[in-house]
Amino acid sequence: MPDELRYIAATGMVGAGFHAASMERGAQRMPHFIAADGGSTDPGPYQLGSGTGIFSRESCKRDLGISLRTARALRVPFLVGSCGGAGTDAGVDQFAELVREVAAEHGLRFRLARVYAEPDRAWLKRRMRDGRVHALTGAPPVDEGTVDRASHIVAMMGAEPFAAALAQGADVVLAGRSSDTSIYSAIPEREGYDRGLVWHAAKIIECGSAAAGNRTGQDSMFCLMRRDHFVVEPLHPDFNCTPVSVAAHSLYENADPYLLVEPAGTLDTTESTYTALDDRTVRVDGSVFVPAQRYTVKLEAAEPAGYQSVTMGGVRDPVILRQLDGWVDSMRRSIVERVASSAGLAAEQYTLNIRVYGRDGTLGPLEPTPHFEGHEAFLLMDATAPTQEQAATIIRLASHVAMHHPVPEWRGSITGIAHPYAPATIDRGPVYRFTMNHVVELDDPMEPYRVELEEVGA
Amino acid sequence: MSRLYELARLVRSKNAGPFQVTFDVLFDDAATWRRVATSGVLSAERMAELYRVPVGDVRVFDYEPGLAIKVSFPRPVPSGDPGDRDVTGGQQYAPLVDLDIPDGEPSG
Repeated sequence: MPDELRYIAATGMVGAGFHAASMERGAQRMPHFIAADGGSTDPGPYQLGSGTGIFSRESCKRDLGISLRTARALRVPFLVGSCGGAGTDAGVDQFAELVREVAAEHGLRFRLARVYAEPDRAWLKRRMRDGRVHALTGAPPVDEGTVDRASHIVAMMGAEPFAAALAQGADVVLAGRSSDTSIYSAIPEREGYDRGLVWHAAKIIECGSAAAGNRTGQDSMFCLMRRDHFVVEPLHPDFNCTPVSVAAHSLYENADPYLLVEPAGTLDTTESTYTALDDRTVRVDGSVFVPAQRYTVKLEAAEPAGYQSVTMGGVRDPVILRQLDGWVDSMRRSIVERVASSAGLAAEQYTLNIRVYGRDGTLGPLEPTPHFEGHEAFLLMDATAPTQEQAATIIRLASHVAMHHPVPEWRGSITGIAHPYAPATIDRGPVYRFTMNHVVELDDPMEPYRVELEEVGA
Repeated sequence: MSRLYELARLVRSKNAGPFQVTFDVLFDDAATWRRVATSGVLSAERMAELYRVPVGDVRVFDYEPGLAIKVSFPRPVPSGDPGDRDVTGGQQYAPLVDLDIPDGEPSG
């Protein structure tokens, strides 16, 4: 293996941004590759369900553009995982379009690999029948109907598909849904570095500057990999990594701070040590990679959950607020009655949520102090139904009922809700739900993935 | 007696994937971390009670390298489900902030 391998995480997520000056600073260190994570499930199921992105086209193009041009100037690979936000096939194609645009605008030429991560559904159902799909913690029950109903299913790839694309001469790899760490592990593994160090370094830098204790925003991160340790350093001059900030990063968005399960095995940081080399640079060693007995990849799926409409407004009248709980409860009964009589929809045919912010809107039944005490409440109502027309009908009736719902003290017609918007109702369109939290056994790491090559700028 | 927010430098919650929520309580020094970790206040039993989840589903980690205590358990509702109140799980830690932590054992 080479004495050292140097690489850059452009940002924690494509579209979130980073300072161009930080990338320049990183470029001066002659990295062997540049990479970025392109997606996350953090924003919820909408992106996977609808096949759309998290950040805007412009934001993504900016981040991809600077990284791509830097990588091409250095003649080093540029890798992006989970393209397009959810890592769907459309997400890969969207990022490919952006990358081709940048290439045309700047006269770049390179071989592009697109790696698709939506598996064949007949194959997946066979795996289920063969008992080779397993539930993870908190997983909902699934069956072949889950596969049929899903608008998109992705299989979170490990390092191997990236390595395969590079082996076919790709300069730029745009991959669908990937384990965040696999994006940064493919090349170091290929070069023979210790897998425990490789996957731990990947875990730290894949969030960009997040492991810097004093960071004030998203920015790039630098990693130097050696035979028996690695070093991480933020590329922003004002950010610092400390042993505690780097160790604490294992906490972020992980259920277990010591064990991180990847397709090929588990990263174990129990024996890892973190040492300050100076006031901003940290050395890590002792990390171990335990190979898995079976190679598995995580499945994510989202299915349509109906259509939703929303109405909202403030309640300020102290007379209403003094009886808020009872007013909202009886209002709800009136809404259900009105929807049944005016629209012919029974309560079982839709879901109606009425949330009272100022009382228990955020925590709901977990609220330790669910009694209203303030001088203002905010009501947020939503209706979810099989069609947009039904949801819209329900919420328009609900809004009307709510606004005029009486209290005994006021004798005459009242308006109990202050709507901030006109129209007072918002039709949100389709909504989705996550339906799988499972892994599928693979016969080989490439099995469900497709690699397609093209010459850009030829 | 101190409140948790007085002893911790950060209390936070976030999804660990769409089906689990994870809580992190971070401290500035090992002594304070140890005081809270040994107090039993962030035990699986206490968290199970506060968040109304089966105690067997709750995992607690005393993470010394990061001077942190972590608690993880399955979300009652997956992220973004119609009916979810907190898509990223970011405000679920609120009931922890004012928890009373007994004074530590006197040293010496």
